[in-house]
Amino acid sequence: MVTLDNVSKTYGQETAVAPLSLTVASEQTTVLIGPSGSGKSTLLRLMIGLITPDAGQVTFDGQPLTPATVQDARHRMGYVIQEGGLFPHLSARRNVTLLARHLGWSEDRIAARVEELTDLVQLAPDRLAQRPDDLSGGQRQRVSLMRALMLDPAVLLLDEPLGALDPLIRADLQGDLRAIFQELQKTVVLVTHNMHEAAYFGDVIVLLRQGQIVQQGPLQALLETPSEPFVTAFIQAQRHTLLSSDGAA
Amino acid sequence: MADHSPALLSAHLHPVRYHRTPPVLAGLLLSLLLLLAPPVSAAQEDGGSVTVGSKQFTENVILGHMATLLLEDAGLTARHRAELGGSRFLWEALRRGDIDLYPEYTGTLIEEILTDDEVTPETLAEVLATYNVRMTAPLGFNNTYALGMRPEQADTLGIETVSDLRQHPTLQFAFSNEFMERGDGWPALQQAYNLPQQQVRGVDHDISYQGLRSGAADVIDLYSTDAEIDAYNLRVLEDDRSFFTEYKAVFVYRADLSERLPGAPTALEQLESTLSEQRMMQLNRRSKIEGTHEAQVAAAFLSEDLGLAGVTAVGTARLVDRVGQRTVEHGLLVFISLLAAVVAAIPLGVLAAKRRRLGSGVLLLIGLTYTTPSLALLALMVPPLGLGFVPAAVALFIYSLLPVVWNTYTGLRDIPEPLLESAEALGLPPAAKLRLVELPLALPSIMAGIKVAAVINIGTATLGALIGAGGYGQPILTGIRRADLSLILEGTIPAAVMTVGVLVLLEGIERLLTTRRSTSSASAPAT
Repeated sequence: MVTLDNVSKTYGQETAVAPLSLTVASEQTTVLIGPSGSGKSTLLRLMIGLITPDAGQVTFDGQPLTPATVQDARHRMGYVIQEGGLFPHLSARRNVTLLARHLGWSEDRIAARVEELTDLVQLAPDRLAQRPDDLSGGQRQRVSLMRALMLDPAVLLLDEPLGALDPLIRADLQGDLRAIFQELQKTVVLVTHNMHEAAYFGDVIVLLRQGQIVQQGPLQALLETPSEPFVTAFIQAQRHTLLSSDGAA
Repeated sequence: MADHSPALLSAHLHPVRYHRTPPVLAGLLLSLLLLLAPPVSAAQEDGGSVTVGSKQFTENVILGHMATLLLEDAGLTARHRAELGGSRFLWEALRRGDIDLYPEYTGTLIEEILTDDEVTPETLAEVLATYNVRMTAPLGFNNTYALGMRPEQADTLGIETVSDLRQHPTLQFAFSNEFMERGDGWPALQQAYNLPQQQVRGVDHDISYQGLRSGAADVIDLYSTDAEIDAYNLRVLEDDRSFFTEYKAVFVYRADLSERLPGAPTALEQLESTLSEQRMMQLNRRSKIEGTHEAQVAAAFLSEDLGLAGVTAVGTARLVDRVGQRTVEHGLLVFISLLAAVVAAIPLGVLAAKRRRLGSGVLLLIGLTYTTPSLALLALMVPPLGLGFVPAAVALFIYSLLPVVWNTYTGLRDIPEPLLESAEALGLPPAAKLRLVELPLALPSIMAGIKVAAVINIGTATLGALIGAGGYGQPILTGIRRADLSLILEGTIPAAVMTVGVLVLLEGIERLLTTRRSTSSASAPAT
């Protein structure tokens, strides 16, 4: 569905993405993980054409991503970022329906789709009339997900979607998100720096470091046959953090 | 006009006879006109009516009213554009055809306006004819310069003539700034009379009267028909060496007026030799000191001295009507110029935000328009556009651009990056992104810019009265000239009310724009 072929991106002297190739598995959840500066968010933004690669090619559904094709491609991708990126001047409903309205959907079709999505993400319908600033963080992310799903895209791209949430809300939404992914059977790419989240969501985990892929595969593979010591070290480091904070609690 | 260049400098050094126009402002207006004035001679379009102009001081306004009333009495349609500015301004307006006639002084014509030509009082009419301008016979009085003192001090020191001043080198002189620099002013006077005084201060003409009365100054320059001479019983020193030239009052009018409306010059000739210096001073006093409207002073003179009983004064409309009329004038000026500025400025602001290189050029250019003082900008509009509504509206339009362009620019540039990325990731094309996301997000900033522009516009529009656009500036100008607070308030209070009203209106528009977008769930789909 989405492939990157020898793609690279540098910002001045800094290499964000070294030449790398990646094929995102269809109808599975691929998690991009790595320490900060590893290029995981940059990869996601390359996939939706927010940045263009210095070299190499991004392909979506067999079509190279170019200025001519990118708008259509975006209509078939949903994108959710950490703080949701909801437009503060519009109500939640307006945020969700903005693109559909622009594309000239009928009111009935819009209303039906919104109802469907409200059920799917388990948002109280009365929240839709409110502006993003009046919603809780969790509600905002649910609305953001609705907006991303409005046109029923083939691919869903999420950049740290749970990153800014309180632990309890985070746990709640995490469960709901996985249920949604399973129900929709979509191709999902999720960026996180949290190993537990990666383990929870990922059918495939792609571990990145300094703009390069260190290892990709199911969690099991990363645990049992690490390609280099960094893989184990990265996984262990987060386990320790968790254990020590559990121990302190 | 060749020896007026560089005009800015020379206009400052040899100001025209503005009398009470603040010299700096008048100088600015004048010099810009000189810089720009093209050789235009736009013909009067309205064949049936006569437009009278007058300078920005009481005597000239009264004379303007007299002319207007006489023309009306002769069955003509006449319009008085009162208090337009200084001599050069009126002269240019006359040459362009914005006005048909105005009251002028022979000395001013010779010494200040026709400086390129060798002119004597005898050849004045001849030279004027080469400019397609004619003048009437003198009205009678000679409003020349003179020196004045407090009568008690003059008596104590035994001073009656300018020559007597030689014996008293310690007297404090305070002269109007203009007199200090004129070719026929203090330097030449000092030389002609061999006066020893060195400590001479340049002050505003009105203030010099106060200085004289308070004792801060002992000798000041005055105009021989100034109302204050009589009102304060000042001693006018005899010009025993006949230094000061004659400034006989006349009307100058366009030559084509006699062909178009032969009755008009004839009507004006009725004033020939009817106004003595004493009489003119009385009339000035009635208006300036006692506060009677110039039109009424003019009407009273015409009925008392010329026996024209049918003449009635114009300009005595009730306060409500006056304010109402000015509100319409002022409101139209503000509304049209502001609306046009908003329509032009928002795209410019968008351009500035989207194209960095081009944008900084746009911002710089618009910033430069703002470094031009508003008064100068108004004056700049006169040579190409003439007098009245249009040049004022254009100047206000230019002046209103900056706050809106700037705030549109910053409003767009301040949108958080994640929001822009979200809009982009949705797959909104650039135009839709701008319309649906960026402009609404920049709206508070844009509206703030519009509010600033509106406040500046309403305030600046009061200057429109200087170039005949009317509005709230009219009573303010008159009020400043007459030192009449109530007249000034007649302009400033409605302007303040209008400002509040416009701000409330803009606030309402902003609220409407924000709520309509955010909450309505069932409004029409975007096309």
